[in-house]
Amino acid sequence: MNIPDNLRYRDSHEWVDYMNNPATCGISDHAQHELTEIVFVDLPKIGRVVKAGEAVCTVDSVKSANDIYAPVSGEIVAINEDLRNDPGLLNRDPYLQGWIFKIQVSNPSELETLLTPEAYRAHIS
Amino acid sequence: MIPFAGWEMPVQYTSITEEHQAVRNACGVFDISHMGQFLVSGKGAEAFLNRALTNDISVLQPGQGQYTLMLNEGGGVIDDLIAYKTSDREFFLVVNASMIDADLAHLKSLLTDDDKEIVQIVNASSLTGGIAVQGPRARDVFKSMMGPSAVFPEKNTVQIAGTEHGIMWLCGTGYTGEEGFELFTPTSRIEYWLRSAISSGCSPCGLGARDTLRLEMGYPLNGNDLSPLRSPLQAGLAFFVEFDKEDFVGKDSLLKQKAAGLPDKLTAFKMTGTCPPPRPHCGVVIGGQTVAEVASGTQSPSLGCGIGMAYLPLEHSAPGTPIEIEIRGRNFPAVTVRKPIYQKPKLA
Repeated sequence: MNIPDNLRYRDSHEWVDYMNNPATCGISDHAQHELTEIVFVDLPKIGRVVKAGEAVCTVDSVKSANDIYAPVSGEIVAINEDLRNDPGLLNRDPYLQGWIFKIQVSNPSELETLLTPEAYRAHIS
Repeated sequence: MIPFAGWEMPVQYTSITEEHQAVRNACGVFDISHMGQFLVSGKGAEAFLNRALTNDISVLQPGQGQYTLMLNEGGGVIDDLIAYKTSDREFFLVVNASMIDADLAHLKSLLTDDDKEIVQIVNASSLTGGIAVQGPRARDVFKSMMGPSAVFPEKNTVQIAGTEHGIMWLCGTGYTGEEGFELFTPTSRIEYWLRSAISSGCSPCGLGARDTLRLEMGYPLNGNDLSPLRSPLQAGLAFFVEFDKEDFVGKDSLLKQKAAGLPDKLTAFKMTGTCPPPRPHCGVVIGGQTVAEVASGTQSPSLGCGIGMAYLPLEHSAPGTPIEIEIRGRNFPAVTVRKPIYQKPKLA
């Protein structure tokens, strides 16, 4: 399972690239593997202000509809429009082309509450 | 794994789409050990079953089976099942896992004192497991599993068959729209047959693919599409109701409903644009009004779009009617279609 070292993870399988602010968010390789073929992504609205742990958008696989949670609090400032026409990007490239939204982090200390790659690996194993 | 009628069952082994395509294009195997099996025997068995079930069981020759329904007095569906005639006095019923106890109680409640002398009902469900092998390569898989001289069961037939690996009810049935067979055998032999099917080229398939495959064909699933509050006429299953035979449970109610006109009808639909897959209980909106809810809904792997079925008021159930499906608070366009929702391209 691919768990890049440069990211932090939520226990509900979202990742956040916290090196920049706005921070980029998506779902982990483990999550896409569990969901299998993703057929639709209900993207959040730009400008929406969310709290850490709030459901931001929904990803549909054939099997089920699954809420995606904000790893940190802040404002949604960008969404990955490519997912509208090609939701399978989430399966094929969950960490790069399959990013879902960018969030202007309002409380950087929340990043400390997220799982390190090692802790996330332990969480899913 | 998910809980299903008291069993832990896999939704998928690899992915629903892969398993679905395996069944449409090659062959898949389903573990259907959860399903229920009843043995109904005795010289009164045929007359009893003809009273308990909607289809005309008297037309079956030994070795034939039929899809049929068990109704309550109100004409609502208790269960849909396959009834196989294994001999003049013996019938083999395959019922839904979640309905084993209810079906058995219902059947027993219909036994008159006279019947009790001449009809025996045995619930063989816990002793018996089953697998379904489905797909265009099913005949090759069958030869590989059963040996080159074994005879493939034709559609809607049953035989007591055997190999050195055990005896079985071998049935020419399935619920995917593909050619195939089902076998029922003592539970201790199921692992052997499952492995045999897989080593003969079948992809193991879970409940997820079973659902997408049957829904593409417009086949109803009890609990989603069939209910004790709705008749088989509303479910579009009139073909499996024989009014010309003697009385059967629910007949009077069905005749009344027929005379009064159906209030609604289980209608298939296809989403017409990019949207999330419709799911059970999503609203069906016509002219701005929510008129029904989705009974079954999913993403069709064969068509690449959302599909489903819903009980729509009769005036909106004709194929080609534009409707909307409310998914997570937004309405998405759909159109009613004829069943099957998906038809395989015919080979030239």
